[in-house]
Amino acid sequence: MVTILTSRGREVVVSIDRPFVIIGERINPTGRKVLAAEMKEGRMDRVRADAIAQVAAGAHMLDINAGIPQLDEAALLVAAIKAVAEVTDVPICIDSSIIEALEAGLSAYEGKALVNSVTAEEERMERILPLVKKHGAAVIGMANDETGISMIPEERVALARRIIERAADYGIPQKDVIIDPIAMTVAADPTCGLITLETMRLIRDQLGNNMTCGASNVSFGLPDRATVNAAFLPLAMHAGLTCAITNPLVPEVRRAVLAGDLLLGHDEYAMRWIAGYRAEVAQAARERAAPA
Amino acid sequence: MSREEEIRASLFDDTLNGRAPEVKAATEEGLALGMDPMDILFKALIPSLEEVGRRFEKGDFFVPEMLMAARAMQGALTILRPLIAETGAQPVGRYVIGTVKGDIHDIGKNLVVIMLEGAGFEVFDLGVNTPPEKFVEAVIAHQPDVLGFSAFLTTTMPMFKVNIDAITKAGLRDKVHIAVGGAPVTEEYAKHVGADSYAPDASMATRLAKQLVGARNEASAGAQALEQAVKLIDETLKKG
Repeated sequence: MVTILTSRGREVVVSIDRPFVIIGERINPTGRKVLAAEMKEGRMDRVRADAIAQVAAGAHMLDINAGIPQLDEAALLVAAIKAVAEVTDVPICIDSSIIEALEAGLSAYEGKALVNSVTAEEERMERILPLVKKHGAAVIGMANDETGISMIPEERVALARRIIERAADYGIPQKDVIIDPIAMTVAADPTCGLITLETMRLIRDQLGNNMTCGASNVSFGLPDRATVNAAFLPLAMHAGLTCAITNPLVPEVRRAVLAGDLLLGHDEYAMRWIAGYRAEVAQAARERAAPA
Repeated sequence: MSREEEIRASLFDDTLNGRAPEVKAATEEGLALGMDPMDILFKALIPSLEEVGRRFEKGDFFVPEMLMAARAMQGALTILRPLIAETGAQPVGRYVIGTVKGDIHDIGKNLVVIMLEGAGFEVFDLGVNTPPEKFVEAVIAHQPDVLGFSAFLTTTMPMFKVNIDAITKAGLRDKVHIAVGGAPVTEEYAKHVGADSYAPDASMATRLAKQLVGARNEASAGAQALEQAVKLIDETLKKG
């Protein structure tokens, strides 16, 4: 199954037989005090800088979240989307749980965006899916409902199926629903990693949809999160994950994705792996020449 | 070091390191030797879990270690609770907690529950996706000292205000201290919605709750001490 996301000038193809797609997660004020403070004042300098840095580090798409308590999220989200569009033209993932903000973001964006996200809750599907259809966007479907997150992979698959069916009712093709099988931290429950991987395998085999997840979740509460995140990604790629919302500025993550692509046969003659290596060597040489 | 001191020391150490079978065994041995259940709880287990909280706050301990320590302590508490109940001892305080409606995140809330139970609170955990009326019912049923709301999303945080309004409408606002927390929550936001306190992590939430009930318990401890003194003087006079 092939999902295509676009901006004015670019197209990103998500598919199991293509290189993995990194959706940069950094433009999100939750837990980032300085970014939140700047966005609050309407200053988008850091948003722009984050966009440039993530794309330079290998992000194929950018997630944009503007959720700051007590502020007009719709207006802020639109401002952030415009700021990002000034400095890069990678397709974006519009991230909000407020319907009005999603609507405003979709209206302001030129291209086919990815909406983050809808769950299998009827109330959410009824409100979000028509918007996705109206704007010709794609949507992330999270495999949970109002009762919570099931720890049984088959139940998550059933919820994924429900979202795909409901999307079809609204005229959204199956390929435009990217399923989030839900990654949770292994710090709270050591079985979480395996449950997520098993869910991915089932969705790949039974539904065939593209899949994404908040890949950095797996390591929450642990030391050296970068290494855990980096180990998770190739495991997940092999289980059927085709894109992830993660941080490409973390070298371990960036390298793990490139190595995963290489090992899964998505990097002919290791050209991207070698290019990535050369870029890091060149970067290190620049830093030696001009210490920060 | 007496055997009792050794037991206290190993209970502290084994709880800190999350060794559940050892904690259970030491608790049983202590009781067999005639140690007071309250002694085991307040002089070994609680100080150990407090140390876990301190280390977690400093970033020296991580989530799994906190959960392991809590599980180890839980094993001991299962043995001690009925014995302590027999003596008629009261919990340190009562705490009702839940993740707000529309939100199903519970790792942080569960850590708060663990720390509170560790500190001797009786905790009524309403779980996730808790509607305002459930909080109201729980406050009426359990008459807690503190009511805690957790939210992990900027979109579910407004439920704090909805919950507080429901509590106010039920005429309970002055009967209970309201604490809020969760990843996107700030001190400023807590004030804005009219909460009484905000804590950035489980350890701080527990410390605030202890301070709150401590103020009251200290008063009663003072009254008790006075009573004891009067009794002592009385007895001395009689002997005289």
